[in-house]
Amino acid sequence: MNQRGTNRVKRGMAEMQKGGVIMDVVNAEQARIAEAAGATAVMALERVPSDIRRDGGVARMADPLITEEVMNAVSIPVMAKARIGHIVEARVLEAMGVDYIDESEVLTPADEEFHLLKDTYTVPFVCGCRNLGEAARRIGEGASMLRTKGEPGTGNIVEAVRHLRQVNAEVRKVVTLSDDELMTEARNLGASYEFLKEVKRLGRLPVVNFAAGGIATPADAALMMELGADGVFVGSGIFKSENPERFARAIVEATTHYQDYKLIAELSKDLGTAMKGLEISTIASGDRMQERGW
Amino acid sequence: MQGAVREHVQSIETCGAEAVLVKWPRDLEGLDALILPGGESTTMRRLIDRYSLMEPLHEFAASGKPMFGTCAGLILLAGKVVGYDESHLGVMDVIVERNSFGRQADSFEAPLSIKGLDGPFEAVFIRAPHIVSTGPGVEILCEHEGKIVMARSGPFLGCSFHPELTSDHRITEYFIAMLNSNAENQTSAAMF
Repeated sequence: MNQRGTNRVKRGMAEMQKGGVIMDVVNAEQARIAEAAGATAVMALERVPSDIRRDGGVARMADPLITEEVMNAVSIPVMAKARIGHIVEARVLEAMGVDYIDESEVLTPADEEFHLLKDTYTVPFVCGCRNLGEAARRIGEGASMLRTKGEPGTGNIVEAVRHLRQVNAEVRKVVTLSDDELMTEARNLGASYEFLKEVKRLGRLPVVNFAAGGIATPADAALMMELGADGVFVGSGIFKSENPERFARAIVEATTHYQDYKLIAELSKDLGTAMKGLEISTIASGDRMQERGW
Repeated sequence: MQGAVREHVQSIETCGAEAVLVKWPRDLEGLDALILPGGESTTMRRLIDRYSLMEPLHEFAASGKPMFGTCAGLILLAGKVVGYDESHLGVMDVIVERNSFGRQADSFEAPLSIKGLDGPFEAVFIRAPHIVSTGPGVEILCEHEGKIVMARSGPFLGCSFHPELTSDHRITEYFIAMLNSNAENQTSAAMF
């Protein structure tokens, strides 16, 4: 008897992505470049985060034609973004057969109070988090993979670093707590007691955790691996750089060999200009994507 | 290099063998056996080419040391991949088809009856390949719904599913037993 959509099948798919780079693409040509460069998956969307930031307005699920074109162009898994809480966008993506859905703060939230109940889908979900409480709530709803939130579309790594350190520090703390201290920690974090017991037993999150938001160079990707990410999402960093093919290849290799600094030096030579960056303090707090979701 | 490396390491260590991570050709020196884990075969192939691992891997295979590929690893071992002109390592006399059970929505788990193992093995299939046909001398160890999902050819073992995602270590034990029957006094297994 074949069982589909089980936790093992959904979380297992993310395990296969570990050590890899998932790249944002907006058409079939970019998807093929990403695959040839060694991406472990692509994220199909209509505009990369830096364009969403520039253009403003409401950012929604991509035109299904784009997603379908990307699915037909590559043999690696295809992920796609749905708005936070947008049940129908998620069901549409599931019906189209995408391999993973990102319930993403990069798009304009459809619901400011409730996230999707991801347990009820066969397709697995990845969600963003800034701390262990947010991670716990998303996993509680059924997310099979996490990514620590950076500030998307900025080419500035500082927020991704902050949140990955935050999550990891909170995991380490939970591991050191005695059982009778866990309930209070659960209340403080807004996480379930059972979840914290599992984190304590495993010594890590129970699902794969990638870093995302602001990764613009091979060294940025290696930094996130150094800090304990299982892999990286690169959004605008590749196709907004001067030489996407070379950036894509270099970021893949720097992610694999993240502690080989001579190699990262070689990979980073003469790559051309990285995407233009944004200083976070210049972004009004209402425009910070990381603050979407809770 | 990429994929479910941590899980294979845990399984190898649970079985009492030593695990070594392989990213560079030099990492293969002194190893007795090699596991090619699940992950993305296109990514792994690109890194194999980029870091000149193809020739050392062929030499490793030619030396008769056991190699075990799970999912993407099976695709790397196969002599032919349906729809592609060239194989990757091409050392195991089987033809495989990628993603042949469908996309992620069709990924599944199911109990399998595997030759040589007592009792069912709970197997996790993720965008899995299957073995379309086998050459002479290849032993079919398991079929599921009419598709070959596990086979052995001399020192090469391959399966479509991910034994590393479960806490059942019998397949890793089976592989380590292949190593021990291959030559006495060899105890370390390796990870790719």
